[in-house]
Amino acid sequence: MTDLSHLREDFPILSREVNGHPLVYLDSAATTQKPIQVLDAVDAFYRTENANVHRGAYTLSAEATDAYEGARAKVASFINASSPNEIVFSRGATSSLNHIAYGWGLNHLSEGDRVVLTVMEHHSNVVPWQLVARHKGIELVYLTMDDRYEVDLSGLDDLIDERVKIISVSGMSNVTGTLGPVRTMVEAARSVGALVVVDGAQLVPHSPTDVQDLDADFLVFSGHKMLAPTGIGAMWGKPERLEEMEPTEGGGEMIADVGLYESRWAPVPQKFEAGTPPIAQAVGFGAAVDYLTAVGMETVRDHEQEITGYAMKRLAEVPDLIVYGPSDPENRGGAVSFSLADIHAHDIATILDQHGIEVRAGHHCAKPLMRHLQVPATARASFYLYNTTDEVDSLVDGLFDARSLFGLDS
Amino acid sequence: MSSLDELYRQVILDHYRNPRRRGSLTGPHIHAEGLNPSCGDEFSLDLQIEDGVITDAAIQGQGCSISQASGSMMTDVIVGKTIDEARELTATFKLMMGIDVGDDPLDPDRPGAVLGDLEALQGVKKFPVRIKCADLPWTTLTDALDQA
Repeated sequence: MTDLSHLREDFPILSREVNGHPLVYLDSAATTQKPIQVLDAVDAFYRTENANVHRGAYTLSAEATDAYEGARAKVASFINASSPNEIVFSRGATSSLNHIAYGWGLNHLSEGDRVVLTVMEHHSNVVPWQLVARHKGIELVYLTMDDRYEVDLSGLDDLIDERVKIISVSGMSNVTGTLGPVRTMVEAARSVGALVVVDGAQLVPHSPTDVQDLDADFLVFSGHKMLAPTGIGAMWGKPERLEEMEPTEGGGEMIADVGLYESRWAPVPQKFEAGTPPIAQAVGFGAAVDYLTAVGMETVRDHEQEITGYAMKRLAEVPDLIVYGPSDPENRGGAVSFSLADIHAHDIATILDQHGIEVRAGHHCAKPLMRHLQVPATARASFYLYNTTDEVDSLVDGLFDARSLFGLDS
Repeated sequence: MSSLDELYRQVILDHYRNPRRRGSLTGPHIHAEGLNPSCGDEFSLDLQIEDGVITDAAIQGQGCSISQASGSMMTDVIVGKTIDEARELTATFKLMMGIDVGDDPLDPDRPGAVLGDLEALQGVKKFPVRIKCADLPWTTLTDALDQA
């Protein structure tokens, strides 16, 4: 087992108690905890370098700009982008997907065009396309999920034709942990000249990512799901895609020149970063990718596969527990959704919370997938580099307590 | 008794697993639906009202034990009550849950304010995030009564 328990000391919150028990944080698919290295970087920025970026002719502004642009370079390098200019900072994966839907979709799609999605997409990769569809009369087409919780590709050949302009797919489901068939999507898209957008919100934080190898057109991800502060995320795009995209927000920072009736845009990536950006958050994002790089993303992935495998094994010991997701821990991510007998997910979450164990309960912002799975809600435990097998054991003990409270045999 | 034992009383689990008056009404009735978008709990209510008296009720929905048991227990107490009495019960229940019902304190001993089994839901008060679960059927009831 890859032992990363020494890293827990870096995360101050992990030493607190919840409801009289040591915190067992199993909701990293929602947001991750922050190491002291990230907290210190944000704090140090505000204490020693804070100024607005890209405008002052004074030393402090130049230092702040270096810090902000330095973070962009770190994030670019983390996913092996060719240049920092391929990274647009955004509020997170959701705002990145909205940038793409509006900035590219609204300007390049027309009536009858198709956008292919999967039934496992997060609402953030569904609703922006629905909004574009209202304006442009495009058609949304969905790939479904088979009974092994994999995206069903059996009808793909029939689906892909000249009408398809965009395929937008999650790299990893935040509900089932299913890995999206990104490579297959890229090949299919190339055959008809469509673009591929990868929602990497659950993928980039958990495994090595190489955009050269991925060969998609866009990759989006959120900082806060990979140890960074909230309010910062990224949109990576191929340079030609970013060039042909229109800005979705106008304002300061994103212009080259402004007249009374017409303006010209700043070069990419500033073209997409109107207004004062989340500077300190970007600095924190840079520190987060430094931290993950130092641990090693292969190590992060190996640890997560091991802990997910251990969790699947232990959860199988709980009677009447159903895991909704692929069974092979090496072919899935660390988001493990489950139901337990007739105990509703919210009741499970309340009971676990009384044990200090924090899990998510509900529809996970993936209502189309919940309808497909025919469950109103699931409980979800999700893991990251700071989680331990002891915490999985606590989870299982808590689930047995839930059975007992609901009058079920242990 | 631990907070959890207080929350998941036997009577609550009984109503959760064996909800009373589950289904829908076929005759003339009022229909209202409630939804907690953050957690996905759903509750729908049919009420038959004759001469200002609730003569029948039916519920459907899906959600946690607290929301569904609260709804089941609610139908047990509102059938046979007048609209005004049902509103008083609603206020009494919300006060028990610590929900603000405005500046009209009710006399807890007045007729129509006997909550019966519903008092088992008092344990929910210790779980602030779950109060809205217990309250969902009652906000739905208010919507229905407003249509009467």
